[in-house]
Amino acid sequence: MTEHIAEPVVAHDSHNDPESIKREIRKYLYVFGALAFLTVLTVYLCFGLKMPVHTAILIALVVASVKGFLVAGFFMHLLSEKKLIYGVLILTVFFFAVLMWGPWHHWADMLGKR
Amino acid sequence: MDAHTPADAHAAAHHDFEIPYNVHPRPDTGLYNAKLGIWLFLASEVMLFGALFSSYILLRISAPVWPRGWTFLSVGMATTNTFILIGSSVTVVLAWANLRLGNLKMARVFLGITLACAFAFLVIKGFEYHHEFEEGRSPATNNFMALYFTLTGLHGLHVIGGIVVFLYLTTVGSKMYATEPERYTNRIEVAGLYWHFVDLVWIFLFPTLYLL
Amino acid sequence: MGQRRQVRVGTQWMYADDAYKSLKEAQRVLKEEQHHEDAHKQPWIRRYVFSTDHKWIGVQYGFTALCFLLFGFGLMLLMRLQLGWPGQAFSVMKVLGETRAPGGILLPEAYNQLGAMHGTIMVFLAIVPLAVGAFGNYVVPLQIGAPDMAFPKLNMISYWCFLPGGLIMLGSFALPNGTANSGWTSYPPLSVIATNGQTFWLVGMIFLITSSLLGSVNFIVTIIQLRAKGLTFMRLPFFVWAQLVTSFLLLLAFPPLEAAGVLQLMDRVAGTSFFMPSGLVVSGQVLHNAGGGNPVLWQHLFWFLAHPEVYVLILPAMGIVAEVIANNTRKPLWGYRSMVFAVVFLGFMSFVVWAHHMFLTGMGTLISAFFQTTTMIISIPSVIVLSALFISLWGASIRFTTPMLFALAFLPMFGIGGLTGLPLGLASADLHLHDTYYVIGHFHYVVAPGTIFAMFAGIYYWFPKVCGRKLNEFWGKVHFWGSIIFINGIFFPMFAQGLAGVSRRLYDGGIQYAHAKWIAEATNPYMSISAFGLLLFQVPFIVNFFWNAGAAALGHKTVGDNHWDATTLDWAATTSPPLGHGNFVVLPVVHRGPYEYNNPDYSAADFLPQHVDVSGTAPITGGGGLHAQVAAAPEA
Repeated sequence: MTEHIAEPVVAHDSHNDPESIKREIRKYLYVFGALAFLTVLTVYLCFGLKMPVHTAILIALVVASVKGFLVAGFFMHLLSEKKLIYGVLILTVFFFAVLMWGPWHHWADMLGKR
Repeated sequence: MDAHTPADAHAAAHHDFEIPYNVHPRPDTGLYNAKLGIWLFLASEVMLFGALFSSYILLRISAPVWPRGWTFLSVGMATTNTFILIGSSVTVVLAWANLRLGNLKMARVFLGITLACAFAFLVIKGFEYHHEFEEGRSPATNNFMALYFTLTGLHGLHVIGGIVVFLYLTTVGSKMYATEPERYTNRIEVAGLYWHFVDLVWIFLFPTLYLL
Repeated sequence: MGQRRQVRVGTQWMYADDAYKSLKEAQRVLKEEQHHEDAHKQPWIRRYVFSTDHKWIGVQYGFTALCFLLFGFGLMLLMRLQLGWPGQAFSVMKVLGETRAPGGILLPEAYNQLGAMHGTIMVFLAIVPLAVGAFGNYVVPLQIGAPDMAFPKLNMISYWCFLPGGLIMLGSFALPNGTANSGWTSYPPLSVIATNGQTFWLVGMIFLITSSLLGSVNFIVTIIQLRAKGLTFMRLPFFVWAQLVTSFLLLLAFPPLEAAGVLQLMDRVAGTSFFMPSGLVVSGQVLHNAGGGNPVLWQHLFWFLAHPEVYVLILPAMGIVAEVIANNTRKPLWGYRSMVFAVVFLGFMSFVVWAHHMFLTGMGTLISAFFQTTTMIISIPSVIVLSALFISLWGASIRFTTPMLFALAFLPMFGIGGLTGLPLGLASADLHLHDTYYVIGHFHYVVAPGTIFAMFAGIYYWFPKVCGRKLNEFWGKVHFWGSIIFINGIFFPMFAQGLAGVSRRLYDGGIQYAHAKWIAEATNPYMSISAFGLLLFQVPFIVNFFWNAGAAALGHKTVGDNHWDATTLDWAATTSPPLGHGNFVVLPVVHRGPYEYNNPDYSAADFLPQHVDVSGTAPITGGGGLHAQVAAAPEA
């Protein structure tokens, strides 16, 4: 492949040197540990202790959100991702929330008694 | 840009025909094409599973009674599956890290483990489904089972999709590493992002179906 | 700065030695391109069937979509025969077969099939593939100075998901129990207990949705990542902005319908009860299913897509109209920035208005008020865009070309469509108007004399770019005048019918109801005659189109590269047709906004293309791909 004069020059960013990558690997392993712990926690609290439904929903949602944040933030490196991706995802999360809310509120606000 | 020799002219003529930012990021966005592409696709998947979760919420709150997850399902098998999937997420990101370090061999080992985990997940799922059918339950039994089979079924289809992609990338597709290492590394990154998403969905699906 | 000799090359003036240089460069590039083509000769099946060239894929989408448009039009004609003269026998009805039209008299069940498939085919197989798949695919990469879409293979896969989906839909007509007949909206429980045709509909929809999703990813990445150097977002042609917003709508709104489709498929095939309430009795028999489902859940998931879908239908049309108006008024668009912000805001709001289609599902006052408010708010950006387009005509030097006629007609037609949407968006008025012909009149005005006219404008406008020939102006004008008269003849009376209380989806057009009989009898026959009048005036278009497309395929070029003297990159920086591989020999560099017509600082021509460099001593050669690139060489 001939090198072209107009080929964009790519700056090798600091994220790609071996030391940074090895540090990243360590981070991934810590995150795995946290995820494993949180899994055990949520199963123990909701199922092991047989929490009533509403408490279980709260615990499960909180724990799942933390786990999700860890996977998205570190494994998917969203925490160091570009603004454009963030923008798209924030928009998506907003519409996701609207979709969660809509059918439920419609049912909750129906005319007459259910 | 003057063309002095036929080879120069050919190369110059070729250059502007190729799609830019396929491998190297575009300066102002900081992204290469496939990275933006996969995140957009994942955004659409958030809406897909969102619609299913929204349906779950509506059907559950409007039902007079709703069984706790463990009434019909095996929490043990599902917890095992959760560990397996999280593990596969770690291995795929370790594969990508190793590619960036230039170590194709280790990367392939980790990709192999990822694939093994994915298969294991499906096998355990298979046992779960079989158990339900043995107990005489099917999607038609009630809405809990309908939602269980549909949500895990769709998730399972996504796992299969991931398996197909990783099988390709680990075998035939890995030849690209010899000629275009950066492009291959990007492909693993993009496939990995998809795989993490599959894991992410399960992280929410598991408590919803089994623990609530 | 002595006077150098100038020569006339076609419609341009050039300095003589530059003319010679241009000619030599053009010859070199042509030889280069020929060599390149020969070296990369693709087998026929790769080049024309499974093409990855956005231009050919655009042509594939366009041709397929126009065929579906004609088919959907045909379904409508059969419906209008029944509506105009209910219960009468027509020999043409016999094409539907003995089960659907015994003795040439259309059965009510068959009428429902026609209605459901007319809507589905027009929305999903005709308009969206034409507006986005055809126009979007062909024009967007050219307008942003890109060699192709970001993911050419994905583009090819998108088309090849669309076509099977369409064929499955068409194939359902051959089923013994008929095709889908539960409306394009496919509401359960009816759609769940319907015949096999409905399953085909659902499977077809899954293919079509997948096609759109893959396409939308492609468009967004292309527009963000592949813009030429100097082409900032606020220098994009409005058409590209429209396609960008449209793609976001497709990306984020379609998945819930895909999910819903899977759920309905499960209800039909696996016996689940996602949408089936408990205790349903069908034809005297109690249904043996688990029950506990919610039919309104389907409506939520369906309309969550289907409302943004209607903006998918209109935005590319607005984009085309904007391009044609700017070009034929020979001045920049008024309020370009406002139009851009309006269209982005419109896209965002379109996700939070969907339940205005559900005002009659027993919604409480709070949630009704919410959706009513958002619906009123969303009318504002539409008004901004329409007003800006109207104001753009002020002080303009209007060229009444065929594309401009269609674009001009779009404005009041979309105005009527938009205004009649307002009472529908108000919950109290909608109580009376919901599911009447008023709704049908409203949405047809926006889509038929609205979007479809804009599609015609686009076809007449871009035909010279695609084919190197122009469509005949005289027959174009015949097509236009016949169409606008008869299309209003079909749809305008519908508002009166709706206000009088004629419900939609009635196989006899309302004559069975005492309150509606008088208006149905007074208007339906004339509306049906108008429908056939409209058909008649499409013939000149079809002949014009195929005649010139055929001649172009045989190599008979009649126009130059920039037939309309336009400023955007698709016209000014490429040949007509564009280069087969990669569009641009040298990717253009952009120096200004998209509509620099009659710029007071530039007197050599009444248009200044986006990519031409006026800062150096190189002469302005305007239009035509290769010449301007040579003149702009220093930037490369």
